[in-house]
Formats: sequence, structure tokens, C-alpha cells
Amino acid sequence: MTDHITCDAIVVGAGPAGASAALALARAGRSVIMVERGQFPGAKNVYGGVVYGRVLDDMVPGWWEEVPVERWVVRRSTVMMTPTQSVSVDFRTQAWGEAPYNGMTTLRCHFDAWLAEKATGAGARLLTSTTATGLVRDASGRVTGVRTDRDGAELHAPVVIACDGVNSFLAKEAGLLPRAEASHHTLGVKEVHHLPPSVIEERFGLASDEGVDMEILGCTRAIPGGGFLYTNTDSISVGVVVSLPQLAASGVRPEALISDLTAHPTIAPLLRGSTLREYSAHLIPEGGYDTMPPLAADGLLIAGDAAAMTLAAGLWLEGVNFAIGSGWAAGQAADRALVAGDTSARGLASYRADLESNFVLTDHKRLRKAPSLVLSDRVQQRYPGLICDLAEGMFTVTNPTPKAGGLSMTRRAAAKHGVKLHQLAADTLRGLRIFG
Amino acid sequence: MSATEPRRWQGISFDERMATVDFRVGQRAHITVDADVCRSCTTKACVSACPANLFAPTADGGILFNYEQCFECGTCYMVCNSEGALTWTYPDGGFGVVFHNG
Ligand SMILES: Cc1cc2nc3c(=O)[nH]c(=O)nc-3n(C[C@H](O)[C@H](O)[C@H](O)COP(=O)(O)OP(=O)(O)OC[C@H]3O[C@@H](n4cnc5c(N)ncnc54)[C@H](O)[C@@H]3O)c2cc1C
Ligand code: SF4
Ligand code: SF4
Repeated sequence: MTDHITCDAIVVGAGPAGASAALALARAGRSVIMVERGQFPGAKNVYGGVVYGRVLDDMVPGWWEEVPVERWVVRRSTVMMTPTQSVSVDFRTQAWGEAPYNGMTTLRCHFDAWLAEKATGAGARLLTSTTATGLVRDASGRVTGVRTDRDGAELHAPVVIACDGVNSFLAKEAGLLPRAEASHHTLGVKEVHHLPPSVIEERFGLASDEGVDMEILGCTRAIPGGGFLYTNTDSISVGVVVSLPQLAASGVRPEALISDLTAHPTIAPLLRGSTLREYSAHLIPEGGYDTMPPLAADGLLIAGDAAAMTLAAGLWLEGVNFAIGSGWAAGQAADRALVAGDTSARGLASYRADLESNFVLTDHKRLRKAPSLVLSDRVQQRYPGLICDLAEGMFTVTNPTPKAGGLSMTRRAAAKHGVKLHQLAADTLRGLRIFG
Repeated sequence: MSATEPRRWQGISFDERMATVDFRVGQRAHITVDADVCRSCTTKACVSACPANLFAPTADGGILFNYEQCFECGTCYMVCNSEGALTWTYPDGGFGVVFHNG
């Protein structure tokens, strides 16, 4: 028995992009169906993670009063390490602990479910435990709906928004996303460790709803990547993100990299006595602006990770806010196209224009060269050791031998790590140009 | 150590890790591997890269694969360079991995 359903718009995926697209359409009074293959929104999703919530200001005014937050991030540490050393740049501000806040730790099964409820609350329909298995198209190739694995039922609509995440088989089927290119992807593996809230607060110097966010360079052996550690209410998320082709070429098991990190003398005391709650893994599209696919086809828009919209300026991953920003814009563009009665690629083109003028593509364009710098051999393999050695040289008291001068120390450390001083200067300048 | 000891945080075995993950195993194998193609594969990239460690090399150079404890991440098809070695789909709706701390 197959029942075909017709509506104004179909959104595939109830992650942050999909829920935002569905919310925009439902608010505009459109009949919209969200299709999610998980048993509940968030069941399939893994991130670091920290959500930067300001993107919600317009969509859900006063969102911080109701969002399922674990902790508000007031401390951000950037750590560079070698197996036996580490240098941390630790920033703290109490301003981030007050409304409207900056970043929050939250778990995806809570956050994604909350955002999807905003959409259903506004009138969107959510079909969970339903996988979209392919696109329905008319003779001209225009997308007119999706097939599902619910008794083979098809959903039909003038516009489909693919928010189906990093592997996006729908965008691939539509020819928007090329064959998956491993080099544009990183693999994240994560462990969540339980500790009582009071222990977390003592170890990290936090008040009861405050949290810390650590990004770590130099913990992934010879594989380009980085590590992370985030505090939740009664658990700690710790893991690594590594280049996919180089992980595969290295023969190193991904969980071995987490073991390295959790055994590191700087990290181990933070986790001591905890119990493992969950191990998980997920891919990240890290190619950035230069690898982004076309965002529209006839009857189809793509948003979020499906369109490679994670901003991976190297160490700092922002994907959820970009998914929300792009999903929201896609939903609004779809509504405008429905009003105009033209959901062809041309009719949907205002989506791209919107993203060009808001933070989504502006930030992506500005940081398009960041991945290549942060994942470069020098930043990955040489600078952490160089910086650790410099700090060790500066802070080690060598009497009765007199202290070495700063420049000669830098020269020596640079030589030991195979870095030329002019390269160091050039990379610093490059970094300032990209991030400054 | 005894099996009743609470899960530790360090020196965790791979099986202990996987025991923390919730799977609702479906009837259909959503990923299949053609061991004949794998026999001529020189990289065996899937073996070390799969975060769930589901690809086991066999003595005759092939691969033994079990779909049941899969994260549905996509790593295997992205690192595999041999046409036709893998068929990759998502599990049927509602089945497969269920993350509670993602
Ligand atoms: C290890 C790691 C760390 C990260 N850290 C951070 C961080 O700290 N901060 C941050 O902002 N971002 C982070 N990110 C990135 C962030 O997770 C993503 O950018 C974000 O989840 C993208 O949202 P989305 O809605 O586009 O896709 P997703 O969140 O992937 O959602 C896609 C949804 O579509 C569903 N789906 C897929 N295919 C189908 C189908 N065929 N039928 C039905 N449903 C389908 C999925 O089940 C899923 O619910 C991290 C990512 C990883 C992997
Ligand atoms: S699945 Fe692909 S990478 Fe793995 S052994 Fe077979 S051919 Fe090689
Ligand atoms: S999808 Fe991921 S977890 Fe599943 S078999 Fe492939 S690599 Fe392993």
C-alpha cells in the first residue's frame, strides 16, 4: 500500500539545518514535512561540541531561556602539545556567562530535538524513523519529491530542501555534489566520560553553569588534525578530528589517537576517575568555500553540511550555527519562490544571494585559506614542538649557566624543528591576514 | 580485571568502547563488501580507518564485514578506491546506531 502525500515543501533531515528550514517555512504558513531517518532528531548526529547560539536571535527570541544547554563556555583554551610538553593560551571572560552568551555545550540528542520541536510547534510535520531513499523527478529532471522507505511512500512538493548532512546522497543524486572526495573530509572520533558536576567545576575552575572549551594542536601524531575537550554538565567530551586520506594512509586506528590524548600528562588529570559513557564517530566536510557545490537545482535547495558549510578554520569548528543560518535562509528562499510560483533553480536563486550577504558565505570567503594553513605541515608537525621548546627554554632556570637570549633561543628551537625564521614570519603574517 | 568492574576511562579496550554504543540492528545489511574485489586491493584502507573496526582481513586476502555495529559515518566508502567493492546505504528508518551523547 503506498500513499503519496503532497505538501508545499519537503525537508530531508531534522538536524540544525533541516529544523531551521522547516521552521522558516512553517512560520510562513507553508505545509512542510521533515523526514528524519533517526528514531528522534539527533540520534544520528555527533559533534564536538559547542553551539554558538546568537544565530538564533531572530528565529527564537530569548532562546537562551529555553535551550537545553549543558554549560555556558566562559573559558577557551588553545593548547599546543608534544608527547611530554604543552603550552596553553587560556582565555576567560565572564561576559560569555551572561545573556546573550557566546558558546554553549549541549548534546545533539537534546539540542536537535529542541530545535525540531520549534518547527513542529510552528506547524511543521516530522516523520522520524523514515529514510529518504531517493529523489522523485519529472521528465525534465526537475525534483518533485522524495521516495521514502515507509512502505515505499513518496512525498511530493514543488520544492525539496536537502539537509541530509555530510554524506548527502540527495545532493549527489541531483548532481550538485560531486563524488565524495576523501581529501575534503575529516573524521571526528569522540569519547564522552562521566564525572560528577562538582568534580568538573573544581578541576576546571568553573561555577555551576560555566564551561570550558579546549582545542588542541599536536596530538594527532603525523596525521593532520587536532583534538578537542569540552565540559558538559556531568560529562566531558574528548576526541580528535583528523584528515581522512592521511588517517587511512597512516594505518593508525582512530581510537588510538583518543587514547594518546586521554593519556597525555596535561589531559589525563582532567579525566582521572571518569567512566566512559559513549564512543562515537562522524565525518566533517572541511573543504570550505572552494569546495562548496551549487546550492540550487530545479525544485531543490541544499543547506548545512550537505552543502559543505561547516566552517573549519582549522581548529575551531563551527558547523551548527552555519547549518542553522543556511537552513533558515533556504526555508525563506523556498517560501519566496512558492509565492512567486517559480521553484526552478532561477526562482530559488535568492538563497545564494542571501548567504552571500549574511555571515554564512561572508565568513566562508574570508576564511577560505584557513584550512590549508592550519593543516599545513609546519603548523601541524613543527610549530607545537617549537613553541613548547621555546617556552621550556624561557621558563627553565639554568644557573649557574647564564640565560640564553630570546633570539638565539628562537633560532635554536627553529633549527631543531626544521623551521626557517623567515617561514615563521611569513606564516605569522599569513595567519594574521586570514584570521585578523 | 573482572567484568563487573565499572568501565574505566583509560586503557579502554576496543570492545569496551563499542559496548557503550546503542545499536538497533536492522534485518538488512545496509553496507555490503565484495571480498573478491578486496582481494586485489593493496591499501586495505578501510581496515584501519573504520572507527568501528568492522573490516577484518581474512587469510586469503579478502575482507570479512559485519554491518551490525556501524556508525553510518561514511569513512569506508570515502577511503576505498576500488570501484564496486562496497555498496553503501543508510539503514532502514529507525534502525542502526542511536547516539545519546552526540
Ligand atoms: C567531531 C565533530 C565535531 C564538531 N564540532 C562542532 C562544534 O563544536 N561546533 C559546531 O558548531 N559544529 C561542530 N561540528 C559540525 C556540526 O556537527 C555540523 O556542521 C552540523 O551538525 C551540520 O548540521 P546539518 O543539519 O547540516 O547536518 P546533520 O547535523 O548531519 O543533520 C543531518 C540530518 O539528516 C538526517 N538524514 C541524513 N540522510 C537522511 C535521509 N536520507 N533520510 C532521512 N534523514 C536523513 C540525519 O539523520 C541527520 O539528523 C562538528 C562535527 C564533528 C563531526
Ligand atoms: S573495501 Fe575497499 S579499501 Fe577496503 S579492502 Fe575492500 S577494496 Fe580495499
Ligand atoms: S560507515 Fe563508518 S562505521 Fe560503518 S563500516 Fe563504514 S567506516 Fe565503519
